[in-house]
Amino acid sequence: MGKTPLDLVFNIEPNVFVSLEEYLRTGGYAALAKSLSQGAELSLREIINSDLRGRGGAAFPAGKKIEMVRGNAETTRYIICNADEGEPGTFKDRFIMTHIPFQLLEGITIAAYLSGASQGYIYVRHEYPEAQGILIKAINQAEEEGLLGENIFGSGFSFHLELFSGAGSYLCGEETALLSSIEGKKGRPRLKPPYPTQSGLWNKPTLINNVETLANIPKIIEKGASWYRSLGTEDSSGTKLISLSGDIKKRGLIEVPFGISFAEIINDFGGGPKEGRKIKAVNIGGASGVLVPPELLDTPLEYKACAQAGITIGSGAIFVLDDTRSILDNVQNRLKFFLHESCGKCTPCREGLRQADIILDKLIAGQAGVKDVDTLTRYTGAIQEASFCGLGQAAGNTLRSSLTYYREEYLACCQENRKSAGGEDLALMEETA
Amino acid sequence: MMSSTIVQDIIHQHGGDKALLLQVLLAVQDADPQKYLSEESVNEIARILEIPRSRVYSTASFYSEISLQPRGIYLIRVCTNAPCENAGKALVLQAIEKELGIGAGQTTSDGIFTVECVNCLGACYMSPAIKVNDVIYGDLTPEKAVKIIAELRKEYQDGQNTSGSCI
Ligand SMILES: Cc1cc2nc3c(=O)[nH]c(=O)nc-3n(C[C@H](O)[C@H](O)[C@H](O)COP(=O)(O)O)c2cc1C
Ligand code: SF4
Ligand code: FES
Repeated sequence: MGKTPLDLVFNIEPNVFVSLEEYLRTGGYAALAKSLSQGAELSLREIINSDLRGRGGAAFPAGKKIEMVRGNAETTRYIICNADEGEPGTFKDRFIMTHIPFQLLEGITIAAYLSGASQGYIYVRHEYPEAQGILIKAINQAEEEGLLGENIFGSGFSFHLELFSGAGSYLCGEETALLSSIEGKKGRPRLKPPYPTQSGLWNKPTLINNVETLANIPKIIEKGASWYRSLGTEDSSGTKLISLSGDIKKRGLIEVPFGISFAEIINDFGGGPKEGRKIKAVNIGGASGVLVPPELLDTPLEYKACAQAGITIGSGAIFVLDDTRSILDNVQNRLKFFLHESCGKCTPCREGLRQADIILDKLIAGQAGVKDVDTLTRYTGAIQEASFCGLGQAAGNTLRSSLTYYREEYLACCQENRKSAGGEDLALMEETA
Repeated sequence: MMSSTIVQDIIHQHGGDKALLLQVLLAVQDADPQKYLSEESVNEIARILEIPRSRVYSTASFYSEISLQPRGIYLIRVCTNAPCENAGKALVLQAIEKELGIGAGQTTSDGIFTVECVNCLGACYMSPAIKVNDVIYGDLTPEKAVKIIAELRKEYQDGQNTSGSCI
């Protein structure tokens, strides 16, 4: 999509597949060699100093997580690359796997070395058969070239990596559900603590990181923490992959340094709204992200600033809704998504979402009243606060943001605010306009 | 119908490991000409892995990519998440259903097409998107969707003809 100067972390070129040959020619695997020769302590220091944070949603410091696994007395340890990418509107991990697979494999191998894991899995969603095919081939090639397997680069470090396929459950992207899934059980979440770093796969210390997080690592080792920090801001270092979709002129994947504003992303990279249209809402972070009104789009893409503005960067999906869209329709689409993906283990999520869906149906059909909006608001609080895992909590957050910023649109659907004769729905909208 | 030796081979490839049940289920389903997990396959898997059938069913039914119903040669999956919904998924789905005379979740009586509604395909930069077996089609309109079906029908016919003449 254009504008990004090619000295970032991913340097996206939409139609270019980087083969192992090409990757090695352009300096690939130098970072693994460097890590192995300078030792784990020094390399881990570099990751910690880079201030890299998890790109799978929770933004946990990556170096610290590696340190937690490394510090464990148990020496059988695992690493899992989370490639479940189930967040609707997100396609960044798919790009990494299908275009720069060796950057990911190198990152996983370095992270395994630093955490002391000798066995790893890439958990790839079943919906991505082409990514699975490419990765299986890439793993075989890396093994043939001695970049995976026994005694890598003659260092004495051995590491085996396998692909594990998901089977169409969004919830399995949640790290503890993912563990259950690999262990052959239903993909239901477990209680935390213990965290996977303490007791993960088969109760052994396990490092779980997102694809994008791990694919950052070779560049950090190769070019150094200060280079990496110089790409972003004081608060948030490095770059972020953004999946841009919705009512804009140009959709696609971009890499941006932290600190750029959402408005810049949407206007400079996405070309802004379509001709004659205005932005009504922007959904940031996928279905589990929030709906953000245009007034907040000057917020910079930074962890702290976003947290203060109530924006969840999440997976980095940005989905634009223009003024032709109904907020309620969009909220309902997500609700149905969450209802379908809920595992039913806890009541606030299972029943709360079902009740919320019923109220939304009523609202959209014009059969609800203001008291239903109040009930929905109350349920939303319960779903947000009492759900067992991140799925229910996120579903609550998304509902909450719509009720906070677009309450008038909910109210406009209420019977009290619709003209009884002729079915005119505009009474309240005119008032609030 | 799947032969039990195929199921045995698949389990063998996975080292007979109970923990790899999910991978076994996916592989058996992939190997089945009707792309599903038949009752015979479930029985065979339970027998060889020495686990209760209920355990196999419970895992199989938890995951939406595993089907307990026979499916068509062309599996058309329509993405229903918000980016595709907003980009016109409803009309595309309607056109597909009308063209095939079936609803989502159903298979045509000749066993050639199945339509399913699924979550994001990671192709939202070209929504509305659908996937036919492993191929993604994006920026769809109802007209384009109907054209794709016509091409698949032709591909199927040609396949029938060539395999016929080979024998
Ligand atoms: C419902 C749910 C779904 C999730 N899906 C994913 C996913 O598809 N990919 C991912 O990397 N993380 C996902 N996560 C976050 C993981 O639990 C975990 O935080 C992450 O993989 C850690 O990696 P990171 O530290 O590199 O971000 C999900 C969390 C929840 C609650
Ligand atoms: S919040 Fe939802 S998905 Fe998570 S455990 Fe409870 S029912 Fe299951
Ligand atoms: S929302 Fe349809 S492909 Fe992503």
